Amino acid sequence: MTTASAIEFGGPAVRRQSLWRYWRGGLRGSEFTWALAFLVPYIGVFVAFVAYPVFYGLWMGSKPSLYTEVFSDPIYQQTVVNTIVFVAFGVNLKLFFALMLSGFFMRPGWWVKGLLMIFVLPWAVPALPAFISIHWMLNGEWGLLNNALYHLLGLDGPSWLNSRWLALGSAIYSHVWKWLPFWTVILLAGRMSIPQEIYDAAKVDGATGLRRFAHVSFPLLANLYLVLTLLATIFLLGDFNSVYFVTGGGPANSTHLLATLGIRNAFDLANPRLGVAVVMSALPLLIPLVIILMRRIKNAEVQL
Amino acid sequence: VSTITADTALAPAAARPAERMKRAARRRRYLTNVGAGVLSAVLLVWTLTPIYNIVMVSFEAEGDVFSDHLWPANASANSFWIVVNQGYWYLEYFWHQFGNSVYIASMVTLLVLTIGSMTSFSVMRMRIRNGWVITNAALLTYVIPASFLAIPFYLIMQRYGLHNNPWSVIAAIVTFATPYAIFIFQEYGRSIPLELDESARIDGASPIQIYFKIYLPLMVPALVAVGTFALLAAWNEYLYQFLLLSNKQSMTVPVALAQFLNSDVAPWNYMMATAIIYALPPIATYYAFRNRMSSGLTMGGVKG
Repeated sequence: MTTASAIEFGGPAVRRQSLWRYWRGGLRGSEFTWALAFLVPYIGVFVAFVAYPVFYGLWMGSKPSLYTEVFSDPIYQQTVVNTIVFVAFGVNLKLFFALMLSGFFMRPGWWVKGLLMIFVLPWAVPALPAFISIHWMLNGEWGLLNNALYHLLGLDGPSWLNSRWLALGSAIYSHVWKWLPFWTVILLAGRMSIPQEIYDAAKVDGATGLRRFAHVSFPLLANLYLVLTLLATIFLLGDFNSVYFVTGGGPANSTHLLATLGIRNAFDLANPRLGVAVVMSALPLLIPLVIILMRRIKNAEVQL
Repeated sequence: VSTITADTALAPAAARPAERMKRAARRRRYLTNVGAGVLSAVLLVWTLTPIYNIVMVSFEAEGDVFSDHLWPANASANSFWIVVNQGYWYLEYFWHQFGNSVYIASMVTLLVLTIGSMTSFSVMRMRIRNGWVITNAALLTYVIPASFLAIPFYLIMQRYGLHNNPWSVIAAIVTFATPYAIFIFQEYGRSIPLELDESARIDGASPIQIYFKIYLPLMVPALVAVGTFALLAAWNEYLYQFLLLSNKQSMTVPVALAQFLNSDVAPWNYMMATAIIYALPPIATYYAFRNRMSSGLTMGGVKG
């Protein structure tokens, strides 16, 4: 009936109706309205709290003179080096240990399961108390770590937070401490989803231990591992808490990351545009990562 | 006689390679067990040291903080008593602030579940045309570091007049947690046959009836996993709470905790006691929903 009446009214009506049908897909009657209505909340959230801030940020950081100011700042130059070091060590240490430990936690036995329950604790503890605790633990004069070194080994530990590289290392340590359980659990699930038959077949062929890992487990996990590396890099670029609470950017602003320096410029120096410019300078690195990651996630159907 | 000697002479020669192999296997098993034991000990020390430090400092008697020992000489739980009774001026609104944290976390959980399930229902179950645009927008939000959007977000919230309003923080956390919810719901929803919806549709059920009577009840495991995730995300969040909530009445526990850092002579034992009380709900939640959460977090971890 509907197609017949459309033909009577001639060409434009046909086109309008097929366009309408195109938009409605296979939905009938009021269903299309309902489907749209179900989308409204998320579209609202996206427009108001993602799209608007993103474009506002782009507009704020659009003046080229901001970037000459940012790039000539010696603190910014140090920060770029810090961020690269932080990402390179943080991501790779975290994921390498997570890959190894996920193999360890595959072992049978009640005590391995019990250990896993304790091991995930850093992930469950809120970030702020944990990082403040690490901050005090690393105090050169009264901290737990140097006390333990003194009592157990008779050594005088360095003041961990008073030199740039030790402080940056401490920040990397605390980041790895907090997030290692998360990545281990993800890789553990990845290993568990490898069918047992593949291992049985490998056993028949005589592959055990290291050879089994190199020729069976790792090839199957490689894609997941790559996606996790990209994702961990993006998350780490945005990490604020570990540096902010463990080193506070000190000593003498030498351990800032782009995220903490952006917040410092915007709020401590009361110059929001300068803060946005610092963060925006990460975009040339961030955007390609995001594009590769989005393609990878779709192909691999990895869910995190 | 000769047969017997032949037997005894032959037996060790035949048994020797087998025995040697067995002994070597036993030694290898012993070594791996020792290795696993050492690794477990290292993991325990690695995981528990910062947590031990929190507990140790919280049990220090007043004035004893950071003396030279590994466990306080006059351990006392006095600091917990002070926190619970709001007996220190940084803590005078402790329970009110704790209530703020609970309010924000519950609203975030509710909204993430509602918005996430509605969106995934429209895209995956009703199969609205071009739903992939929404999915991609969500994916893009998921990979933007939250700290990079903090500055424009803060300025926009001031413009909306939502500074010191818990809803500004709720909006921020919902924005960054909902994309994850959408993915998990989509992934989980694949296991529910579409024919169920179809037959209900033929029987004349409206989309809203299908959503409430078929979709939500079947999605309960995924809802629990994502709900736990959203609750922990809200409880762990610091940066947006710190930027957006600045008066004592509206701030949450993490922001109040960070206030201690502004002063040089703050009583760290009170701070750590507060941190422990604040860390207990997420740890309890995590352990209660541990299994569902890790299966939800990593659903379809790899596709071999």
